[in-house]
Amino acid sequence: MKFSVHVEVRGLPGIADPEGRTIERALPALGFSGVSSVRVGKVIAFDLEAADEGAARVAAEEMCARLLSNPVIQRAEVSIHSS
Amino acid sequence: MAVVCFPGSNCEHDVAAALRSLGAEAEIVWHTRSELDGFNAVIVPGGFAHGDYIRPGAIAQFSPVMGPVASAAAKGYPVLGICNGFQVLVETGLLPGALMRNDGLRFLCETVTCEVVSTASVLTSGSTPGETLELPINHYEGNYTCDAETLAQLVERGQIVLRYSDNPNGSTGSVAGVRNEVGNVVGLMPHPERAMEALLGSSDGRGLLAAFVDAATKLAPTHFEAA
Repeated sequence: MKFSVHVEVRGLPGIADPEGRTIERALPALGFSGVSSVRVGKVIAFDLEAADEGAARVAAEEMCARLLSNPVIQRAEVSIHSS
Repeated sequence: MAVVCFPGSNCEHDVAAALRSLGAEAEIVWHTRSELDGFNAVIVPGGFAHGDYIRPGAIAQFSPVMGPVASAAAKGYPVLGICNGFQVLVETGLLPGALMRNDGLRFLCETVTCEVVSTASVLTSGSTPGETLELPINHYEGNYTCDAETLAQLVERGQIVLRYSDNPNGSTGSVAGVRNEVGNVVGLMPHPERAMEALLGSSDGRGLLAAFVDAATKLAPTHFEAA
């Protein structure tokens, strides 16, 4: 089966996010008030051939651990949809 | 000694020239090599290995040459990562921590003052603790990051090799360079190979690389391949 995989990589809580902080400072200057906790991440999307959704998740999570994210500073959230 | 070159490396010739000026033999080796024969040290130079795609060092850690680099590290041979090379060594797991974007989101290209912390490493064995060095930095992702527990361990075990006197990039503990527990693997963001001549701004990198060359010269050249 073919699955569509969506990986969202973000900084671990407590890890500095200078890009998020800069955006948070910039938005009020444009008149958007009330914005807080801005975090910037990266999305990696791909199609994956796998026997079932469980197998696709196991494979995607291993990809995150080994290449797509650095567990020292980031966490990755995997979402899978059958395509 | 071997100077590893990835697609996107850009300091390999500077490093090789610096080593040769100290009397060492230096050969630039391409990253697809799965063995390194006849070397007594390895340097991973600066640049943008594999375009820094995903994260700096993320793809380089899987280049074939990293097998022999890890083998050299495990056998106690001197291994040095400079700038992007430091990022490669932390991604490979040969050194603790990670390097994130600079606090302030500025690419930094300037000469900074660094203080020698531990001298129990192949890079700083010729220095004295507390000695200050003027060294150039040239990076966007040099913000050394680790959790509080790792930082406490680094301090306790004397694994911090260099510290910034005036932290330019937000690094945890002002760390500019670290070593592994043994001291044969060192990574640093500043570029000692660009501080070899007073005429070009500073010669403070000379003593660091001279210590590295000395450490390598004591060991017989050998064969490295992936374990």
